Amino acid sequence: MTERITKSMAKNIYYGGGTFALLIFIALVFDTVKQIPERSNEVKMSASVVLGKKLWEKNNCVGCHTLIGEGAYYAPELMNVFQRRGASNEEGFKAYMQGWMAAQPLSTPNRRKMPQFHLTNEEVDHLSDFLIWTSQVNANDWPPTIEG
Amino acid sequence: MKYTSQAVAKPYFIFALILLAGEILFGLLMAIQYLYGDFLFPLIPFNVLRMVHTNLLIVLILFGFMGATYYLIPEEAERELWSPKLAIVTFWVFAAAGVATILGYLFVPYAELTELTFNNLLPTMGREFLEQPLPTKVGIVLVVVSYIFNTAMTVLLGRRTVITTVLITGLLGLAVFFLFAFYVPDNLIMDKFFWWFTVHLWVEATWELIMGAILAFVLIKVTGVDREHIDKWLYLIIAMTMVSGILGTGHHFFYMGAPEYWLWIGSISSAVEPLPFLLMVLFAFTMARERKIKHDNEMALTWAKGTAVMAFLGAGVWGFFHTLAPVNMFTHGTQLTAAHGHLSFYGAYIMIIFTVISYAMPILRGRPHGNCAKAQKVELSAFWMLNIGMLGLTLALSAAGIVQILDQRVGTDLIGFMESQESIAGIYMVRAGFGVLVFSGLLTYFYSFFVKEENA
Repeated sequence: MTERITKSMAKNIYYGGGTFALLIFIALVFDTVKQIPERSNEVKMSASVVLGKKLWEKNNCVGCHTLIGEGAYYAPELMNVFQRRGASNEEGFKAYMQGWMAAQPLSTPNRRKMPQFHLTNEEVDHLSDFLIWTSQVNANDWPPTIEG
Repeated sequence: MKYTSQAVAKPYFIFALILLAGEILFGLLMAIQYLYGDFLFPLIPFNVLRMVHTNLLIVLILFGFMGATYYLIPEEAERELWSPKLAIVTFWVFAAAGVATILGYLFVPYAELTELTFNNLLPTMGREFLEQPLPTKVGIVLVVVSYIFNTAMTVLLGRRTVITTVLITGLLGLAVFFLFAFYVPDNLIMDKFFWWFTVHLWVEATWELIMGAILAFVLIKVTGVDREHIDKWLYLIIAMTMVSGILGTGHHFFYMGAPEYWLWIGSISSAVEPLPFLLMVLFAFTMARERKIKHDNEMALTWAKGTAVMAFLGAGVWGFFHTLAPVNMFTHGTQLTAAHGHLSFYGAYIMIIFTVISYAMPILRGRPHGNCAKAQKVELSAFWMLNIGMLGLTLALSAAGIVQILDQRVGTDLIGFMESQESIAGIYMVRAGFGVLVFSGLLTYFYSFFVKEENA
């Protein structure tokens, strides 16, 4: 197969093909950046949501959990935890989160453990707001079920 | 050794291997904590183990690339390295920064670490694989820039070959795309979108160029095949890499908040992504068949063929399993991703480092014909233990992923994540077992360095 291809042809495929792919990619990136605010409901991204994201990062939550499918697979997906544990009720979910975060680590022997992060009630509310906002992102109908 | 400055590669290789031992060790600890949640808790929580595991992987690959570059660049450019001193200084800076970072992860709670390292000035921490504190990230930039500068100066003052051009292109890409690690928008979706610019465009584009260049170099040396011929293959491989890999980034944009067209773009381009790896297999085996010389270091060629095959399986085949959007709907965020990640990183990047070390290290140690037959025999057993271990571990993780999908995502009788994980415990036990085999393989590999020459 490769006998018919010369070195300079191969070189041209590399430069030509690579540049072509890169240009299409860049064009699509611009379009995506334009669409993300609407798809992610950026208007609803309150100061509390942003503070929640910072807490999410500061405590390296992604080191155990997935969020919209990305992260570690040690602990449950959290994009739809608002629907799963809060039944899509903001008050109910926030109350649940306060109780849940305070109860960590659970004492069940050899169950995977979540550390106690010593967050204030206000911080837990920020985290809840962040997760509620995330649950409303248009991720092309992912996750497929409530179990995440 | 043709040029004395090639010797700077040695500490890089040795340190890369030490880090690899640490990486696998932490992998084993994680495999145990997966089964027994109280193991090491709260001393080292899972996220810390994982951070050490993945960060060691990234840093050891960078050390391996640097060692490989410093070894091959003088021979390719036909002159001494521009500044061996700079290469040694950056080695110590990078090693010290790496060790300090790992110790920071282990001994300081992460939230406290963010405060101690000025993360509030420019928040970059707490994102998968890019957890490093700001000073470490800045250090990586400085080390990489000095590394590229040293390499580029050597090449500019010496002979330019296709291998050096491809290598430097890959290195420049590595540096440019790492800059996205410093960009953390408040919008999570935007953040995720640009996070992939570092993560995907490293491992599925620029690193592949580096891998291709190293593989081509070793193949020239151990097969004696004409450079023109090798160059053509290298161009073909990286052409396919670029054409499929850049738009293939789209397979990460299916279900994370990006527009629908990525479902098509990502599926189609990444369906082509196995092709460069298939070409690498053909490349390695064709060159081995058409070889003009029979190098006494047979293990180098074995690793070269091995890396092509395992990269094809891990990146090509296991990548393809879940790269089509309708399939990825169910596999996204499951152990199938972990299975693919393990075999592809091992096959492509750990094995290319074994390849170049296996070729270069005996020469650096004054054995131009490779290690003695007895040492090569030990190395061959290590080769098989490592490969079988990694394949077994990958199959176990794949089975775990399939059970997870059936439990949580298909049908009506769904169970929750934690319950599903309990049902997978047996498979995780098998995974841990293969992990032990991998670690034993690495120890056997280390032992092969200490086998005495029979007639010396």
